[in-house]
Amino acid sequence: MKTAETSKTRRFYGHGIPNVAPEELAGKLIVVEGADGSGRSTQIARLVDWLETSGKGTIQVGLKRSTLVSEELAKAQEGNILSRTTLSLFYATDFADQLVNIILPALRAGFIVLADRYIYTLMARDLVRGMNEAWLKNLYGIALEPDAVFYLSVEPEELVQRNLSKSAALDYWESGMDLGLSRDVFDSFLKYQAAMAEAFLNMQKTYGFEIVDANRSTDHVTRELRKKITALLD
Amino acid sequence: MKTFAELNFPGRLIAVEGLDGSGKSTQIYLLKRWLEAEGFKVYFSEWNSSELVKSATSKGKKRELLTPTTFSLIHATDFADRYERHLVPLLRAGYLVLCDRYIYTAFARDVVRGCPPEWVRGLYSFAALPDLTMFFKADLEVSLNRILEGRPKLKFFEAGMDLRLSADPYESFRIFQGRTLEQYMAMSTEFNFVVMDANEHVNKQQVLVRKLVSESLDLKRFKRKSPLPLPPSIRTEDRMKETDEDMAAV
Repeated sequence: MKTAETSKTRRFYGHGIPNVAPEELAGKLIVVEGADGSGRSTQIARLVDWLETSGKGTIQVGLKRSTLVSEELAKAQEGNILSRTTLSLFYATDFADQLVNIILPALRAGFIVLADRYIYTLMARDLVRGMNEAWLKNLYGIALEPDAVFYLSVEPEELVQRNLSKSAALDYWESGMDLGLSRDVFDSFLKYQAAMAEAFLNMQKTYGFEIVDANRSTDHVTRELRKKITALLD
Repeated sequence: MKTFAELNFPGRLIAVEGLDGSGKSTQIYLLKRWLEAEGFKVYFSEWNSSELVKSATSKGKKRELLTPTTFSLIHATDFADRYERHLVPLLRAGYLVLCDRYIYTAFARDVVRGCPPEWVRGLYSFAALPDLTMFFKADLEVSLNRILEGRPKLKFFEAGMDLRLSADPYESFRIFQGRTLEQYMAMSTEFNFVVMDANEHVNKQQVLVRKLVSESLDLKRFKRKSPLPLPPSIRTEDRMKETDEDMAAV
Protein backbone atom coordinates (compact mmCIF):
# COMPACT_ATOMS: atom_id res chain seq x y z
CA MET A 1 0.00 0.00 0.00
CA LYS A 2 0.96 3.62 -0.53
CA THR A 3 0.82 4.48 3.16
CA ALA A 4 4.37 3.19 3.58
CA GLU A 5 5.70 6.25 1.77
CA THR A 6 5.70 8.53 4.77
CA SER A 7 7.87 11.24 3.30
CA LYS A 8 5.27 13.08 1.26
CA THR A 9 6.04 16.78 1.14
CA ARG A 10 4.25 19.00 3.62
CA ARG A 11 2.06 21.58 1.98
CA PHE A 12 -0.93 23.78 2.41
CA TYR A 13 -3.82 23.20 0.04
CA GLY A 14 -3.74 26.79 -1.19
CA HIS A 15 -2.40 30.08 0.11
CA GLY A 16 -1.78 28.68 3.59
CA ILE A 17 -1.05 30.74 6.69
CA PRO A 18 1.15 33.86 6.44
CA ASN A 19 4.73 33.31 7.61
CA VAL A 20 4.42 29.58 8.26
CA ALA A 21 6.85 27.28 6.48
CA PRO A 22 5.26 23.84 6.09
CA GLU A 23 8.57 21.98 6.20
CA GLU A 24 9.05 23.06 9.83
CA LEU A 25 5.99 21.07 10.87
CA ALA A 26 7.59 17.83 11.98
CA GLY A 27 4.67 16.09 13.74
CA LYS A 28 1.86 14.13 12.15
CA LEU A 29 -1.64 15.33 11.39
CA ILE A 30 -4.20 12.55 11.35
CA VAL A 31 -7.81 13.31 10.51
CA VAL A 32 -10.84 11.15 11.25
CA GLU A 33 -13.93 12.09 9.25
CA GLY A 34 -17.43 10.63 9.27
CA ALA A 35 -21.03 11.36 10.21
CA ASP A 36 -22.36 11.48 13.77
CA GLY A 37 -22.68 7.86 14.80
CA SER A 38 -19.82 6.67 12.61
CA GLY A 39 -17.73 6.08 15.73
CA ARG A 40 -15.27 8.97 15.26
CA SER A 41 -14.97 9.99 18.90
CA THR A 42 -14.71 6.42 20.14
CA GLN A 43 -11.98 5.64 17.67
CA ILE A 44 -10.06 8.82 18.44
CA ALA A 45 -10.22 8.13 22.18
CA ARG A 46 -8.84 4.65 21.57
CA LEU A 47 -6.09 5.95 19.30
CA VAL A 48 -5.04 8.56 21.85
CA ASP A 49 -4.90 5.88 24.52
CA TRP A 50 -2.80 3.64 22.35
CA LEU A 51 -0.43 6.37 21.13
CA GLU A 52 0.13 7.87 24.56
CA THR A 53 0.75 4.48 26.13
CA SER A 54 3.44 3.91 23.55
CA GLY A 55 5.02 7.24 24.53
CA LYS A 56 3.82 9.58 21.83
CA GLY A 57 2.49 13.05 22.58
CA THR A 58 -0.94 13.79 21.13
CA ILE A 59 -3.18 16.82 20.78
CA GLN A 60 -6.85 16.69 19.83
CA VAL A 61 -8.85 19.23 17.89
CA GLY A 62 -12.35 19.23 16.45
CA LEU A 63 -15.03 21.48 15.02
CA LYS A 64 -16.55 24.19 17.21
CA ARG A 65 -13.81 23.98 19.83
CA SER A 66 -11.99 27.27 19.26
CA THR A 67 -11.48 29.81 22.03
CA LEU A 68 -12.34 32.56 19.61
CA VAL A 69 -15.82 31.74 18.32
CA SER A 70 -17.10 28.40 19.65
CA GLU A 71 -19.64 29.98 22.03
CA GLU A 72 -20.97 32.40 19.45
CA LEU A 73 -21.17 29.65 16.86
CA ALA A 74 -23.19 27.44 19.17
CA LYS A 75 -25.53 30.33 19.92
CA ALA A 76 -25.99 31.06 16.22
CA GLN A 77 -26.88 27.46 15.51
CA GLU A 78 -29.45 27.30 18.28
CA GLY A 79 -31.40 30.17 16.80
CA ASN A 80 -30.70 29.16 13.20
CA ILE A 81 -30.39 32.84 12.41
CA LEU A 82 -27.35 32.99 10.17
CA SER A 83 -27.49 32.68 6.44
CA ARG A 84 -25.29 30.33 4.45
CA THR A 85 -22.18 32.40 3.70
CA THR A 86 -22.11 33.77 7.21
CA LEU A 87 -22.33 30.37 8.86
CA SER A 88 -19.71 29.04 6.49
CA LEU A 89 -17.28 31.84 7.32
CA PHE A 90 -18.01 31.46 11.02
CA TYR A 91 -17.00 27.79 10.85
CA ALA A 92 -13.92 28.73 8.84
CA THR A 93 -12.94 31.20 11.58
CA ASP A 94 -13.36 28.47 14.18
CA PHE A 95 -11.18 26.15 12.10
CA ALA A 96 -8.52 28.80 11.43
CA ASP A 97 -8.25 29.68 15.12
CA GLN A 98 -7.49 26.07 16.01
CA LEU A 99 -5.20 25.63 13.02
CA VAL A 100 -3.03 28.63 13.86
CA ASN A 101 -3.07 28.39 17.64
CA ILE A 102 -3.16 24.62 18.23
CA ILE A 103 -2.49 22.45 15.20
CA LEU A 104 0.54 24.25 13.76
CA PRO A 105 2.38 24.81 17.08
CA ALA A 106 1.75 21.17 18.08
CA LEU A 107 3.10 19.90 14.78
CA ARG A 108 6.11 22.16 15.07
CA ALA A 109 6.78 20.57 18.46
CA GLY A 110 6.54 17.08 16.95
CA PHE A 111 3.17 16.02 18.37
CA ILE A 112 0.64 13.78 16.72
CA VAL A 113 -2.47 15.86 16.12
CA LEU A 114 -5.74 13.95 15.92
CA ALA A 115 -8.48 15.95 14.28
CA ASP A 116 -12.08 14.93 14.90
CA ARG A 117 -13.30 16.19 11.49
CA TYR A 118 -11.47 18.67 9.29
CA ILE A 119 -12.22 20.93 6.35
CA TYR A 120 -13.84 18.09 4.40
CA THR A 121 -16.96 17.99 6.59
CA LEU A 122 -17.21 21.77 6.39
CA MET A 123 -16.87 21.71 2.61
CA ALA A 124 -19.27 18.80 2.16
CA ARG A 125 -21.94 20.54 4.25
CA ASP A 126 -21.65 23.68 2.14
CA LEU A 127 -21.51 21.84 -1.17
CA VAL A 128 -24.67 19.93 -0.32
CA ARG A 129 -26.23 23.36 0.34
CA GLY A 130 -25.29 24.62 -3.09
CA MET A 131 -22.33 26.82 -2.27
CA ASN A 132 -19.70 27.62 -4.86
CA GLU A 133 -16.88 25.07 -4.93
CA ALA A 134 -14.18 27.48 -6.14
CA TRP A 135 -15.08 29.88 -3.32
CA LEU A 136 -14.77 27.07 -0.75
CA LYS A 137 -11.45 25.91 -2.16
CA ASN A 138 -10.01 29.39 -1.88
CA LEU A 139 -11.37 29.75 1.65
CA TYR A 140 -9.90 26.45 2.84
CA GLY A 141 -6.65 26.98 0.98
CA ILE A 142 -5.44 27.96 4.46
CA ALA A 143 -5.57 24.29 5.55
CA LEU A 144 -2.56 22.05 5.89
CA GLU A 145 -2.67 18.78 4.00
CA PRO A 146 -2.90 16.01 6.64
CA ASP A 147 -0.61 12.99 6.73
CA ALA A 148 -3.66 10.75 6.68
CA VAL A 149 -7.41 11.15 6.47
CA PHE A 150 -9.66 8.26 7.45
CA TYR A 151 -13.28 8.53 6.41
CA LEU A 152 -15.43 6.25 8.54
CA SER A 153 -18.11 5.18 6.15
CA VAL A 154 -21.43 3.93 7.53
CA GLU A 155 -24.68 3.28 5.67
CA PRO A 156 -27.34 5.93 6.44
CA GLU A 157 -29.75 3.23 7.73
CA GLU A 158 -27.12 2.06 10.21
CA LEU A 159 -26.43 5.69 11.24
CA VAL A 160 -30.11 6.15 12.07
CA GLN A 161 -30.03 3.10 14.32
CA ARG A 162 -26.88 4.25 16.11
CA ASN A 163 -28.07 7.83 16.61
CA LEU A 164 -31.47 6.76 17.89
CA SER A 165 -30.08 4.19 20.26
CA LYS A 166 -27.74 6.84 21.67
CA SER A 167 -30.04 9.81 22.14
CA ALA A 168 -33.52 8.69 20.99
CA ALA A 169 -33.58 11.63 18.57
CA LEU A 170 -32.01 12.78 15.32
CA ASP A 171 -30.03 16.04 15.41
CA TYR A 172 -31.55 18.97 13.45
CA TRP A 173 -28.34 19.82 11.57
CA GLU A 174 -27.16 16.23 11.07
CA SER A 175 -30.56 15.62 9.50
CA GLY A 176 -30.11 18.63 7.21
CA MET A 177 -33.51 19.97 8.32
CA ASP A 178 -32.51 23.49 7.21
CA LEU A 179 -32.50 22.22 3.61
CA GLY A 180 -36.19 21.39 3.57
CA LEU A 181 -35.61 17.97 2.00
CA SER A 182 -38.54 16.60 3.93
CA ARG A 183 -40.69 17.73 6.83
CA ASP A 184 -40.15 14.33 8.36
CA VAL A 185 -36.87 14.27 10.27
CA PHE A 186 -36.38 10.54 9.66
CA ASP A 187 -36.67 10.89 5.86
CA SER A 188 -34.62 14.07 5.89
CA PHE A 189 -31.82 12.36 7.83
CA LEU A 190 -31.59 9.51 5.31
CA LYS A 191 -31.60 11.84 2.33
CA TYR A 192 -29.14 14.26 3.86
CA GLN A 193 -26.68 11.60 4.96
CA ALA A 194 -26.80 9.99 1.52
CA ALA A 195 -26.04 13.39 -0.04
CA MET A 196 -23.17 13.95 2.40
CA ALA A 197 -21.72 10.51 1.65
CA GLU A 198 -21.84 11.34 -2.04
CA ALA A 199 -20.10 14.68 -1.45
CA PHE A 200 -17.37 12.83 0.45
CA LEU A 201 -16.93 10.31 -2.33
CA ASN A 202 -16.56 13.14 -4.84
CA MET A 203 -13.96 14.82 -2.68
CA GLN A 204 -12.13 11.56 -2.22
CA LYS A 205 -10.89 11.86 -5.81
CA THR A 206 -9.29 15.25 -5.10
CA TYR A 207 -8.10 14.74 -1.55
CA GLY A 208 -7.42 11.02 -1.63
CA PHE A 209 -8.58 10.00 1.82
CA GLU A 210 -8.87 6.41 2.92
CA ILE A 211 -12.35 5.05 3.23
CA VAL A 212 -12.76 2.79 6.23
CA ASP A 213 -15.78 0.52 6.37
CA ALA A 214 -17.21 1.48 9.74
CA ASN A 215 -20.32 -0.67 9.45
CA ARG A 216 -18.12 -3.27 11.12
CA SER A 217 -17.50 -3.67 14.86
CA THR A 218 -15.60 -1.01 16.81
CA ASP A 219 -12.70 -3.40 17.48
CA HIS A 220 -12.44 -4.25 13.85
CA VAL A 221 -12.19 -0.60 12.86
CA THR A 222 -9.65 0.15 15.61
CA ARG A 223 -7.41 -2.66 14.39
CA GLU A 224 -7.47 -1.31 10.86
CA LEU A 225 -6.74 2.25 11.97
CA ARG A 226 -3.86 1.16 14.18
CA LYS A 227 -2.32 -0.84 11.37
CA LYS A 228 -2.48 2.10 9.00
CA ILE A 229 -1.17 4.59 11.54
CA THR A 230 1.71 2.26 12.51
CA ALA A 231 2.79 2.21 8.88
CA LEU A 232 2.58 6.00 8.81
CA LEU A 233 4.67 6.52 11.94
CA ASP A 234 7.47 4.06 11.10
CA MET B 1 -17.30 41.80 -10.01
CA LYS B 2 -20.28 44.02 -10.70
CA THR B 3 -21.99 46.92 -8.98
CA PHE B 4 -25.54 46.68 -7.65
CA ALA B 5 -26.70 48.86 -10.54
CA GLU B 6 -25.06 46.51 -13.03
CA LEU B 7 -26.81 43.61 -11.33
CA ASN B 8 -30.14 45.41 -11.77
CA PHE B 9 -30.84 45.94 -8.11
CA PRO B 10 -33.35 48.76 -7.66
CA GLY B 11 -31.35 50.08 -4.65
CA ARG B 12 -27.94 51.73 -4.64
CA LEU B 13 -24.99 51.32 -2.31
CA ILE B 14 -22.72 54.20 -1.32
CA ALA B 15 -19.53 53.35 0.55
CA VAL B 16 -17.00 55.52 2.32
CA GLU B 17 -13.46 54.36 2.85
CA GLY B 18 -10.40 55.89 4.44
CA LEU B 19 -7.96 55.57 7.29
CA ASP B 20 -9.01 55.74 10.93
CA GLY B 21 -9.42 59.42 11.72
CA SER B 22 -9.98 60.47 8.13
CA GLY B 23 -13.38 61.89 9.06
CA LYS B 24 -15.34 59.54 6.78
CA SER B 25 -17.78 58.50 9.53
CA THR B 26 -18.73 62.12 10.18
CA GLN B 27 -19.27 62.71 6.48
CA ILE B 28 -21.47 59.65 5.95
CA TYR B 29 -23.45 60.51 9.08
CA LEU B 30 -24.17 64.01 7.74
CA LEU B 31 -25.07 62.52 4.37
CA LYS B 32 -27.52 60.18 6.08
CA ARG B 33 -29.13 63.05 8.02
CA TRP B 34 -29.69 64.95 4.77
CA LEU B 35 -31.06 62.00 2.81
CA GLU B 36 -33.46 61.13 5.62
CA ALA B 37 -34.64 64.70 5.95
CA GLU B 38 -35.28 64.76 2.20
CA GLY B 39 -37.55 61.73 2.63
CA PHE B 40 -35.46 59.03 0.98
CA LYS B 41 -35.35 55.37 1.95
CA VAL B 42 -31.98 55.14 3.67
CA TYR B 43 -30.16 52.45 5.63
CA PHE B 44 -26.79 52.83 7.30
CA SER B 45 -24.43 49.95 8.02
CA GLU B 46 -21.13 50.04 9.80
CA TRP B 47 -18.08 47.78 9.51
CA ASN B 48 -17.78 45.23 12.33
CA SER B 49 -21.26 45.75 13.78
CA SER B 50 -23.10 42.46 13.37
CA GLU B 51 -24.58 41.73 16.78
CA LEU B 52 -23.61 38.10 17.04
CA VAL B 53 -20.15 38.21 15.51
CA LYS B 54 -19.18 41.36 17.38
CA SER B 55 -18.90 39.62 20.75
CA ALA B 56 -16.36 37.19 19.29
CA THR B 57 -14.42 39.97 17.61
CA SER B 58 -14.22 42.09 20.73
CA LYS B 59 -13.15 39.05 22.78
CA GLY B 60 -10.48 38.33 20.17
CA LYS B 61 -9.29 41.91 20.22
CA LYS B 62 -9.37 42.34 23.97
CA ARG B 63 -7.44 39.14 24.64
CA GLU B 64 -5.23 39.68 21.62
CA LEU B 65 -6.14 36.24 20.25
CA LEU B 66 -6.36 37.27 16.63
CA THR B 67 -3.84 36.32 13.97
CA PRO B 68 -3.85 37.77 10.44
CA THR B 69 -5.92 34.83 9.17
CA THR B 70 -8.52 34.84 11.94
CA PHE B 71 -8.65 38.66 11.95
CA SER B 72 -9.52 38.49 8.27
CA LEU B 73 -12.06 35.66 8.62
CA ILE B 74 -13.93 37.11 11.56
CA HIS B 75 -14.39 40.41 9.73
CA ALA B 76 -15.54 38.54 6.64
CA THR B 77 -18.09 36.71 8.83
CA ASP B 78 -19.33 40.01 10.20
CA PHE B 79 -19.60 41.44 6.70
CA ALA B 80 -21.42 38.37 5.35
CA ASP B 81 -23.96 38.56 8.17
CA ARG B 82 -24.77 42.19 7.46
CA TYR B 83 -24.67 41.60 3.71
CA GLU B 84 -27.06 38.67 3.63
CA ARG B 85 -29.34 39.80 6.43
CA HIS B 86 -29.65 43.53 5.73
CA LEU B 87 -27.90 44.87 2.63
CA VAL B 88 -29.24 42.49 -0.02
CA PRO B 89 -32.92 42.58 1.05
CA LEU B 90 -32.82 46.38 1.45
CA LEU B 91 -31.17 46.88 -1.93
CA ARG B 92 -33.78 44.64 -3.48
CA ALA B 93 -36.42 46.81 -1.86
CA GLY B 94 -34.94 49.92 -3.47
CA TYR B 95 -33.08 51.46 -0.55
CA LEU B 96 -30.10 53.78 -0.56
CA VAL B 97 -27.63 51.86 1.57
CA LEU B 98 -24.78 53.79 3.16
CA CYS B 99 -21.76 51.79 4.31
CA ASP B 100 -19.08 53.06 6.63
CA ARG B 101 -16.28 50.87 5.22
CA TYR B 102 -16.87 48.11 2.70
CA ILE B 103 -14.80 45.21 1.30
CA TYR B 104 -11.90 47.55 0.41
CA THR B 105 -11.12 47.93 4.10
CA ALA B 106 -10.39 44.20 4.19
CA PHE B 107 -8.51 44.33 0.90
CA ALA B 108 -6.20 46.98 2.37
CA ARG B 109 -5.83 45.96 6.01
CA ASP B 110 -5.66 42.20 5.69
CA VAL B 111 -3.01 42.46 3.00
CA VAL B 112 -0.94 44.77 5.21
CA ARG B 113 -1.27 42.07 7.87
CA GLY B 114 0.27 39.54 5.47
CA CYS B 115 -2.75 37.73 4.01
CA PRO B 116 -2.40 36.96 0.29
CA PRO B 117 -4.41 39.50 -1.75
CA GLU B 118 -6.03 36.86 -4.00
CA TRP B 119 -7.18 34.91 -0.95
CA VAL B 120 -8.80 37.98 0.65
CA ARG B 121 -10.47 39.01 -2.59
CA GLY B 122 -11.73 35.46 -3.05
CA LEU B 123 -13.33 35.53 0.42
CA TYR B 124 -15.38 38.59 -0.49
CA SER B 125 -16.20 37.54 -4.05
CA PHE B 126 -19.85 36.92 -3.05
CA ALA B 127 -20.34 40.67 -2.57
CA ALA B 128 -21.35 43.11 -5.31
CA LEU B 129 -19.43 46.39 -5.64
CA PRO B 130 -20.72 49.76 -4.40
CA ASP B 131 -22.31 52.09 -6.92
CA LEU B 132 -20.30 54.97 -5.46
CA THR B 133 -17.17 54.77 -3.32
CA MET B 134 -15.78 57.91 -1.72
CA PHE B 135 -12.26 57.65 -0.41
CA PHE B 136 -11.40 60.22 2.26
CA LYS B 137 -7.76 61.00 1.90
CA ALA B 138 -6.20 62.94 4.76
CA ASP B 139 -2.55 63.47 5.61
CA LEU B 140 -1.30 60.87 8.02
CA GLU B 141 -0.62 63.56 10.65
CA VAL B 142 -4.17 64.87 10.34
CA SER B 143 -5.62 61.36 10.86
CA LEU B 144 -3.34 60.69 13.78
CA ASN B 145 -4.28 63.96 15.47
CA ARG B 146 -8.01 63.33 15.00
CA ILE B 147 -7.72 59.88 16.59
CA LEU B 148 -5.66 61.17 19.50
CA GLU B 149 -7.98 64.09 20.20
CA GLY B 150 -10.96 61.78 20.68
CA ARG B 151 -9.24 59.08 22.68
CA PRO B 152 -6.18 59.21 24.88
CA LYS B 153 -4.82 55.80 23.82
CA LEU B 154 -4.45 53.88 20.57
CA LYS B 155 -6.03 50.43 20.51
CA PHE B 156 -3.80 47.38 19.98
CA PHE B 157 -5.08 46.24 16.58
CA GLU B 158 -5.90 49.75 15.40
CA ALA B 159 -2.24 50.64 15.87
CA GLY B 160 -1.22 47.42 14.09
CA MET B 161 0.65 46.33 17.23
CA ASP B 162 0.06 42.67 16.27
CA LEU B 163 2.50 43.18 13.41
CA ARG B 164 5.34 44.05 15.78
CA LEU B 165 6.33 47.01 13.64
CA SER B 166 7.45 49.00 16.64
CA ALA B 167 7.19 48.77 20.42
CA ASP B 168 5.86 52.33 20.41
CA PRO B 169 2.13 52.36 19.61
CA TYR B 170 2.33 55.78 17.94
CA GLU B 171 5.19 54.76 15.69
CA SER B 172 3.43 51.46 14.95
CA PHE B 173 0.19 53.29 14.10
CA ARG B 174 2.07 55.60 11.78
CA ILE B 175 3.74 52.73 9.87
CA PHE B 176 0.58 50.61 9.81
CA GLN B 177 -1.66 53.41 8.59
CA GLY B 178 0.96 54.44 6.04
CA ARG B 179 1.02 50.95 4.57
CA THR B 180 -2.78 50.75 4.60
CA LEU B 181 -2.93 54.01 2.70
CA GLU B 182 -0.55 52.58 0.07
CA GLN B 183 -2.86 49.60 -0.40
CA TYR B 184 -5.90 51.85 -0.75
CA MET B 185 -4.20 54.05 -3.32
CA ALA B 186 -3.07 51.01 -5.31
CA MET B 187 -6.69 49.91 -5.83
CA SER B 188 -8.16 53.39 -6.23
CA THR B 189 -8.37 53.29 -10.04
CA GLU B 190 -9.37 49.64 -10.30
CA PHE B 191 -12.44 50.24 -8.11
CA ASN B 192 -13.30 53.79 -9.23
CA PHE B 193 -12.74 55.53 -5.90
CA VAL B 194 -13.77 59.17 -5.85
CA VAL B 195 -10.97 60.70 -3.80
CA MET B 196 -12.15 63.40 -1.39
CA ASP B 197 -9.80 65.88 0.25
CA ALA B 198 -10.24 64.99 3.90
CA ASN B 199 -7.91 67.74 5.12
CA GLU B 200 -10.65 70.24 4.22
CA HIS B 201 -13.12 71.69 6.71
CA VAL B 202 -15.96 69.33 7.68
CA ASN B 203 -18.74 71.52 6.31
CA LYS B 204 -17.01 72.18 3.01
CA GLN B 205 -16.48 68.46 2.53
CA GLN B 206 -20.15 67.78 3.19
CA VAL B 207 -21.19 70.25 0.50
CA LEU B 208 -19.06 68.31 -1.98
CA VAL B 209 -20.36 64.95 -0.74
CA ARG B 210 -24.00 65.98 -1.20
CA LYS B 211 -23.26 67.44 -4.60
CA LEU B 212 -21.50 64.29 -5.71
CA VAL B 213 -24.31 62.04 -4.47
CA SER B 214 -27.06 64.04 -6.14
CA GLU B 215 -25.12 64.13 -9.40
CA SER B 216 -24.22 60.42 -9.45
CA LEU B 217 -27.60 59.02 -8.46
CA ASP B 218 -31.13 59.65 -9.63
CA LEU B 219 -32.24 60.44 -6.11
CA LYS B 220 -35.96 60.95 -6.70
CA ARG B 221 -36.27 57.22 -7.38
CA PHE B 222 -35.59 56.58 -3.70
CA LYS B 223 -38.37 58.75 -2.24
CA ARG B 224 -40.59 57.14 0.33
CA LYS B 225 -44.16 56.74 -0.89
CA SER B 226 -45.63 57.17 2.56
CA PRO B 227 -43.95 59.52 5.02
CA LEU B 228 -42.14 58.01 8.00
CA PRO B 229 -44.21 57.94 11.17
CA LEU B 230 -43.10 60.87 13.28
CA PRO B 231 -41.46 60.21 16.64
CA PRO B 232 -43.86 60.60 19.61
CA SER B 233 -42.33 63.87 20.86
CA ILE B 234 -43.07 65.69 17.62
CA ARG B 235 -46.53 64.22 17.43
CA THR B 236 -47.34 65.65 20.86
CA GLU B 237 -46.17 69.09 19.74
CA ASP B 238 -48.29 68.83 16.60
CA ARG B 239 -51.30 67.91 18.63
CA MET B 240 -50.68 70.85 20.92
CA LYS B 241 -50.37 73.13 17.92
CA GLU B 242 -53.66 71.81 16.64
CA THR B 243 -55.23 72.44 19.99
CA ASP B 244 -53.88 75.99 19.95
CA GLU B 245 -55.34 76.55 16.53
CA ASP B 246 -58.66 75.10 17.66
CA MET B 247 -58.59 77.48 20.57
CA ALA B 248 -57.78 80.38 18.31
CA ALA B 249 -60.66 79.40 16.05
CA VAL B 250 -62.95 79.57 19.03
